[in-house]
Amino acid sequence: MATAVMNRLDPRSRAAARGWSDLTIRNVFIIPTIVFLIVFNIFPLIYSLGYSFTDFSAASNEPVQFVGLQNYRDLLTDENIWSNFVITAKYVIVSVAGQMLVGFGLALLLNRSFAFKGLVTTLLLLPMMMSAAVVGLFWRLLYSPSWGPINYIFGLGDFAWLSDPDTALYAVAITDIWMWAPFVMLLSLAGLSAVPKHLYEAAAIDRAGSWYTFTRITLPLVSPLLMIALIFRTMEAFKTFDIAYIMSTQPTTELISIRLYKQAFQQWDTGKSCALAYIVLIMVLAITNMYVKYLNRAKER
Amino acid sequence: MAEIVLRDVEKFFGENYVIRKLNLTIQNKEFVVLLGPSGCGKTTTLRAIAGLEEIDRGDILIDGKAVQNLPAGDRDIAFVFQLFALYPHLTAYENIAFPLRATGESRSQIDGQVRAVAKAIQIEHLLSRRPSQLSGGDMQRIAIGRALVRRPKAMLMDEPIGALDAKLREEMRTELKRLHLENDSTTVYVTHDQVEAMSLADRIAIMNEGVLQQVGSPTEVYRHPANLFVAQFIGSPVMNVTKASVQTSGAVASVVVGEGDGSFGFPSELPQKMAAASHGQGDFMLGIRPEGVLVSRQQAPGYVPVEAHIIEPLGAYDIVDLKVGRQFIRARTASGYVGKPGETVYARLDESQTHFFHPATGESLNISFGGA
Ligand SMILES: Nc1ncnc2c1ncn2[C@@H]1O[C@H](COP(=O)(O)OP(=O)(O)OP(=O)(O)O)[C@@H](O)[C@H]1O
Ligand SMILES: [Mg+2]
Repeated sequence: MATAVMNRLDPRSRAAARGWSDLTIRNVFIIPTIVFLIVFNIFPLIYSLGYSFTDFSAASNEPVQFVGLQNYRDLLTDENIWSNFVITAKYVIVSVAGQMLVGFGLALLLNRSFAFKGLVTTLLLLPMMMSAAVVGLFWRLLYSPSWGPINYIFGLGDFAWLSDPDTALYAVAITDIWMWAPFVMLLSLAGLSAVPKHLYEAAAIDRAGSWYTFTRITLPLVSPLLMIALIFRTMEAFKTFDIAYIMSTQPTTELISIRLYKQAFQQWDTGKSCALAYIVLIMVLAITNMYVKYLNRAKER
Repeated sequence: MAEIVLRDVEKFFGENYVIRKLNLTIQNKEFVVLLGPSGCGKTTTLRAIAGLEEIDRGDILIDGKAVQNLPAGDRDIAFVFQLFALYPHLTAYENIAFPLRATGESRSQIDGQVRAVAKAIQIEHLLSRRPSQLSGGDMQRIAIGRALVRRPKAMLMDEPIGALDAKLREEMRTELKRLHLENDSTTVYVTHDQVEAMSLADRIAIMNEGVLQQVGSPTEVYRHPANLFVAQFIGSPVMNVTKASVQTSGAVASVVVGEGDGSFGFPSELPQKMAAASHGQGDFMLGIRPEGVLVSRQQAPGYVPVEAHIIEPLGAYDIVDLKVGRQFIRARTASGYVGKPGETVYARLDESQTHFFHPATGESLNISFGGA
């Protein structure tokens, strides 16, 4: 089939006049991408895998020594690392669950016709389009104990959201929910509007109540798109660095990526950082793989 | 089971006056077919009965109770959609069980009912499949099963077999008839296919542009169309309709078709009958079905010579276009009766099969001769 497409270069086209074959054109388009991928993705991936078995430090000139699985052993037995993972897990669960609930809820509200629907939808999408650094700084102001509007509105006095070790992580998660719920909303809206209207009519004829209709028709039919939103948001939340780093310096908000950053660029423990990065990568892959299995099962219908 | 009454029902879509003062009674256990051309408001009428569309004026009564303000679920009516509207994520079994589960019936009861219905519509072997794994005919069977399973007061069907191929349509038609006889359910059935309507209906209600034209049994609407629209909509090939006038010379009456294109002898009571229908001597529209145009190869009393113009052999019979002056009249003859186009044959109009319509309003003048 590919060759059939390849052969369709119009002999009268300008490209043909220059003596280019369709094969040349294909290469012109594809080779840069492949080179880019190899140089910036594949090569570092393999190179860092090599480093993860050494005690290499990018900040020193000492000879590099092969240490086998020592880095991995150290990391997996390090209690601090485990606490970073626990923090990350908490953060992922709270923030992704919040985004799914808020995003899907908003989509349900928006999935009908009302005045200024387009405008409202666009406004709701704005947070997603901002830079995370800006959002972080902005919410730090909102959370400010002395004059932040959040404490003012909720009458919380000078409660310090971001310096209280118990609430800091959740405060960051709330910001993440604010920023990314629109993404879930967008996908849910696409899913909801793809449910054929006649199915709701059939359900009404079949005397299904609104809750029964929602759980037996709406949810199952939207679930593949919800699952895609879930995969994307989980992956992203797992890797969160920017807003957490900007908003709080509490040890209780030290997500695994922050830990990785510190290890790599503050302690210059490059080899070990590579090992940690690999552990994170494997975890993310494992989680998404589980989701993808579910997604495929949902899509089979 | 139920009686459905529509009383002065009106419906607008914005400026579009879609149902106009519709009055129709569907008796208990009756199979009524709503027939009409595309866009005449059949679906809208059906959806209004089901409660999927609100009406602007009038009443809809089910068993004497006004239901026009009740939601669809409270009317206890089943609806079969043209494009099946099966739940794509549920198996055939779950689709049929859906109305029972939605109202919270017990598991064992549901199972019994679903299997009984599956048996009646012969899809027991398909119960575990999803709609995407089913053919159109099977999907429609399941949709019908879903409608039957809860024993609704009435069944409404919107072109349920319109999306199937011709052969399957014929099969399903027989099956629907059988199901109706077995279940005795009051049924309103929408179609634009007159053959389907004729073969299924106890009574046919013919609609055009939102106005009910005539209600009657298939034979009634075929033999005594109330107006030109019904006359031309029912029957295939279409009824010949031409402008005509009466001529009398002495005791002999004849009908002149077109602008003096040809004249056919008629019984001499015609002028009296015209007068009785208070139509006098003016022009009228003459309608006659192809089988009412009698063709002979020999000269015979009452037959006038005409030229065969086009011959369409349809297997069981031929349709011959006869040239009468500048007019064409289609006749139905035995297969191969007229040899070839251009031949001169002799034709006569069977007065018992002629219809007379008012030239302006198109209403039937209710004139008939013997026989029918
Ligand atoms: N939801 C709607 N909004 C606006 N106009 C509509 C709507 N549904 C139907 N109509 C209009 O109402 C008229 C009748 O439509 P309806 O669907 O009842 O026709 P129908 O007789 O079922 O035709 P068909 O044989 O094509 O299904 C049409 O002119 C159509 O354009
Ligand atoms: Mg329709």
